[in-house]
Amino acid sequence: MIFGAILAGGTGTRMNISSLPKQFLPLGSKPVIIHTLEKFLTSGCFDHVYLGIHPKWTPYMTDLLDKNQLNFPQVHITDGGIDRNRTIQNIISAIETDWGSCEEHILVTHDAVRPFVSFRVIQENVAAAQQYGACDTVISATDTIVASEDGKMIQSIPKRNYMYQGQTPQSFNMNLLKKLYLQLSHEELESLTDACKICVLQHIPVYLVRGEVSNIKLTTIEDYKIAQAMLEEKNCD
Amino acid sequence: MINTVFQLTQPKVFSVEHRDLFYERQVLVRPFYMSLCHADQRYYQGLRKSEVMKRKLPMALVHECCGTVVYDTTGTYQKGSLVVPIPNVPTAHPDYIYENYAEGSSFRSSGRDGFMQEFIAMPSERLVVASNIPPQLLAITEFISIAIHAATRFLKNAHPQREKLAVWGDGSLGYITSLVLRYVMPHAHIVVIGHHSEKLAHFSFVDEVYLSEDIPFSLKIDHAFECTGGNGCSEAINSIIKYLRPQGCCMLMGVSETEVSINTRDVLEKGINFIGCSRSGREDFQNALKLMSESDKQKYLDSIIYEDAPVRSISDIHHVFATDTIVPFKTVFNWQI
Repeated sequence: MIFGAILAGGTGTRMNISSLPKQFLPLGSKPVIIHTLEKFLTSGCFDHVYLGIHPKWTPYMTDLLDKNQLNFPQVHITDGGIDRNRTIQNIISAIETDWGSCEEHILVTHDAVRPFVSFRVIQENVAAAQQYGACDTVISATDTIVASEDGKMIQSIPKRNYMYQGQTPQSFNMNLLKKLYLQLSHEELESLTDACKICVLQHIPVYLVRGEVSNIKLTTIEDYKIAQAMLEEKNCD
Repeated sequence: MINTVFQLTQPKVFSVEHRDLFYERQVLVRPFYMSLCHADQRYYQGLRKSEVMKRKLPMALVHECCGTVVYDTTGTYQKGSLVVPIPNVPTAHPDYIYENYAEGSSFRSSGRDGFMQEFIAMPSERLVVASNIPPQLLAITEFISIAIHAATRFLKNAHPQREKLAVWGDGSLGYITSLVLRYVMPHAHIVVIGHHSEKLAHFSFVDEVYLSEDIPFSLKIDHAFECTGGNGCSEAINSIIKYLRPQGCCMLMGVSETEVSINTRDVLEKGINFIGCSRSGREDFQNALKLMSESDKQKYLDSIIYEDAPVRSISDIHHVFATDTIVPFKTVFNWQI
């Protein structure tokens, strides 16, 4: 089966414009996370979509699903964990409880705060995870990347042609990801915040899916303003 | 849901717009296969008059496509159903007017956004369900429905002597119109007049084909269908006037950007009827699907379709428009953006 995992375990309110976590902020006519969920549902790619939500906010999420008439049997709310990896692990546990373990299960993990994800990117993630076992969504780096460990002096400037910026979705054969998590120590689980990096460190090949510049992550107030500007057009067909 | 719309902003320039898509009381459709029309190509190349370009752009192109139902708030269609959207958006109109001529009606990709979008939201009555027809063919349903519409109006208006019919034009419209005439009037004698022998060679199901400079002086036709459009309109219509028998009917189907000069003296002398045909309505779409469900018709249609590489980026969109200028008939493509 193919599962979507929308990650919204945080309660970050870095935007300082609301006490609401950023995934619940309004964007156009709906909260950010609803746009993301709708794109997952309309892609037709998923048997079930799991929302990893901070435990404090699960009743709120349930209300949002009701209000937006998205309380379908294929949509599930799961408690998020203390960090990204723990939220993914919780979702894997919930899926195995609900549907059992299977070598064929595919998990497409995605930031709730990337509502501009496209149909193509989702579809290509599913196909790549099925074919290669793991994939990451990336865009070519347009700025020169400068590496520095002390933050004062340049250590190296890698060749830009080889540099990419990571986005989400990141998608995996679910059993593979679970096994990789089990091999990590508690410290590694905390320090390795990127699931694809876990694969790379354990020499599991990760395929690159071409992302979109528009697939922005709403982290700061500036991102939120850009997202609102992107949706400013009022003439909707 | 945030939808992505690919709008032409000026000739050969697309912009990517993100829109909050409202789909209450609508059916959400994911475009699957699309087909290009001359009208799209004229916008893309900037061949429309500058005031028209200014008024209509920015706009998403394409009004010929098929798609898959992804979500239906109306409960009319099953998820996954293959459907064809009707680009005509009619207003209220009296019964004696066809929906495609209703005053105040609008049309997708002419004044409002066409189907080059990630998803399209359509009223349930603006969709027709298709089954057992390849999606590459379904993409041109709208185009076939135009010929069906013209044939329907012809049958209602033309005098009953319908033994010999002639189609002027050897392009996609001429081909489809000839095929539709063969379908609705299997025993009629159909003649096709064109400019290109290699295109005329495709018309195996008609009775006679002639290059326009080789039309026999003795040719007499009961009724004619003008499918040339563009600069060839005037020559074609005057030729039709010459070869039509008295009180014959001439169905005008080709679009011309400029005013067309015709020999009205002979029109008056012969009492010729001109009937303008443009676009189509729901009933025409349904009849087009009936025609397309016949396996021999599918083979004829398939022979004029060129499937270009799937479209996954803006540069791919430019690629299909370039391809379309060199293929003789219809260009279709899988929409994967």
